[in-house]
Amino acid sequence: MKFRTFATAIGIGVTALAAQAEDVKVGMITTLSGGGAGLGIDVRDGFMLAVKQAARDDIEVVIEDDQRKPDVAVQLADKMIQSEKVDVLTGIIWSNLAMAVIPASVAQGKFYLSPNAGPSLLAGKGCDPNYFNVAWQNDNLHEAAGAYANSADLTNSFILAPNYPAGQDALTGYKRLYEGELAGEIYTKLGQTDYASEIAQIRASGADSVYFFLPGGMGISFLKQYADSGLDIPVVGPAFSFDQGILQAVGEAALGVRNTSQWNKDLDNAANRAFVASFREEYDRLPSLYASQGFDTANLLMSAMDKADVSDTEAFRAALKEADFDSVRGDFEFGPNHHPVQDIYVREVIKEGDVYTNKIIGAALEDHADAYADQCSM
Amino acid sequence: MSIILLVEQMLNGLQFGVMLFLMAAGLTLIFGVMGLINLAHGSLYMIGAFAAAATAAATGSFVLALMASLVAAAAAGALVELTVIRRLYDRDHLDQVLATFALILIFSEGTRWIFGSFPLFLEVPDYLSGSVTLPGGIEYPRYRLAIIMIGLAIAAGLFALIAKTRLGIQIRAGESDREMIGALGVNIARLYTLVFALGAALAGFAGALIGAIQSVQVGMGEPVLILAFVVIVIGGIGSIKGALVGAILVGLTDTLGGFLLPHLFATFMDASAAMSVGSALAAMSIYILMAGVLLVRPTGLFGGK
Repeated sequence: MKFRTFATAIGIGVTALAAQAEDVKVGMITTLSGGGAGLGIDVRDGFMLAVKQAARDDIEVVIEDDQRKPDVAVQLADKMIQSEKVDVLTGIIWSNLAMAVIPASVAQGKFYLSPNAGPSLLAGKGCDPNYFNVAWQNDNLHEAAGAYANSADLTNSFILAPNYPAGQDALTGYKRLYEGELAGEIYTKLGQTDYASEIAQIRASGADSVYFFLPGGMGISFLKQYADSGLDIPVVGPAFSFDQGILQAVGEAALGVRNTSQWNKDLDNAANRAFVASFREEYDRLPSLYASQGFDTANLLMSAMDKADVSDTEAFRAALKEADFDSVRGDFEFGPNHHPVQDIYVREVIKEGDVYTNKIIGAALEDHADAYADQCSM
Repeated sequence: MSIILLVEQMLNGLQFGVMLFLMAAGLTLIFGVMGLINLAHGSLYMIGAFAAAATAAATGSFVLALMASLVAAAAAGALVELTVIRRLYDRDHLDQVLATFALILIFSEGTRWIFGSFPLFLEVPDYLSGSVTLPGGIEYPRYRLAIIMIGLAIAAGLFALIAKTRLGIQIRAGESDREMIGALGVNIARLYTLVFALGAALAGFAGALIGAIQSVQVGMGEPVLILAFVVIVIGGIGSIKGALVGAILVGLTDTLGGFLLPHLFATFMDASAAMSVGSALAAMSIYILMAGVLLVRPTGLFGGK
């Protein structure tokens, strides 16, 4: 009995100490090995750059690799919540991993700041006061592409995406604002690398444009094969297939392609100029979309830490909601479902010296919110 | 749907099949001669592609890049055979699966360590880029046509090697009775290393050829490896002829299934439902083919015993 009292006393003492220090412990679960590692590494590097620049000693980041596997991500989240006692989770790249981790984490009272994945369920019916998405809702860039197609007088699009939830969200998103006809709609296999069959069907369909959502290596394969097929109708895609990390692997095949993004390195604001310069200095490469999202996530978190104590959930949540930080995207605010309301741009792939990169050619949508916000009640 | 589109899709299926053959030939040789299940065969494919991409970046020559892929994959294969695989011949298949799976992880993370996490660039050379117009007005990419011809040439060369040369005789003898050819004075250890390196070189070459039209990245070999296993099971394990027939069957089934099934369903369903049912069924088509073949011929089309 005595022993138990003693143990409880120590327990209380430790808790009190922790509360006094007001440190925030962040658990970052992201993809650092395997085929999708480039994205996770960029998020991590962007996040850590912001933490380093802030030079504060009240934030501790624990980083783990989810290997792009939902089961591994769930185990890591449990470990971080149970034994590492983190206050905030972040880092997940893929929507299927996000769906496995986020609902359980926020149910345990942790905050989750998403630097990338934005599945529609978590923006609508499954929204949660402790879940904030700093990147976009999954449909957003595709909606912007549909809007761009209207303004570019593209009226007969051929659209394709892999047959999995984010792929279906993508084509739904494109069709939401697109007003033209569809020359064809194809769901490909997830992880497919040969698109000869699809390209032959595009050729036969008489389409005036192609819209595709094929993240990672799938997009590289598609673009190289498309360029080699002799087809010359314009291709439009979301930023994911034209990002800094993979453009060099696509090479000349991507030149001139229009793609939609909420960020680019030439966005003209002070925060972004400083970010691009310091990222190049620190890591010796150009930042990607994912790096910018990681950077914004860290700055959002630290802006909330300046205003409230993380143990005061209500106040900390309100501080996050204010989004009082200098986003590299310029204007940034949260909608009612804690997803961004932001401008989305059209970019074009160009070559600067030896490096393939993007430049902004105009806005596709302004102050765009997602389509699921009114299904969210919180 | 026109005849031209159908013929083009058949060419695509043939090209895919020929590529699968290069992977499956090595896999089936290694299994046939040494009785070894080599899961790391996909890593050798990846090594070929990375060696080609690195060489092309350094020299700008696609021919040199292809040669580098052969050399690098053969060297990696020989090295792995001498250090790891050699100890596994007498073990059962589960031990082999475990050890070669470990090799996949080592090769993947090792490649990532050397080349970084971002995909590499490998380009179709100018003289093979663009498309040609075939008789009948079919416009087809020149590079894919070249792949079909190179693949068929290699298949012919491999048949000649197995049928006509001393090495081929030893390989065939090794398939039927390992102990006996050892007793007859053939250096069996050297033969194994040679066969393994040959299989590795074919996989690496396939990786380099495909790397030019797909993405050169870590983990690129594993999806192909699964298909290569399907091919050798359909064709009959250990049979080169089976690997060729199986590869072309799988290539055609996969390509034509993905193309025709949605059209077929669209005749009695609405378009978007037909698309999703059709593409789901198309993804299963080669496994249905495999199950069908095994039902009729449990040892595969050209399997012995």
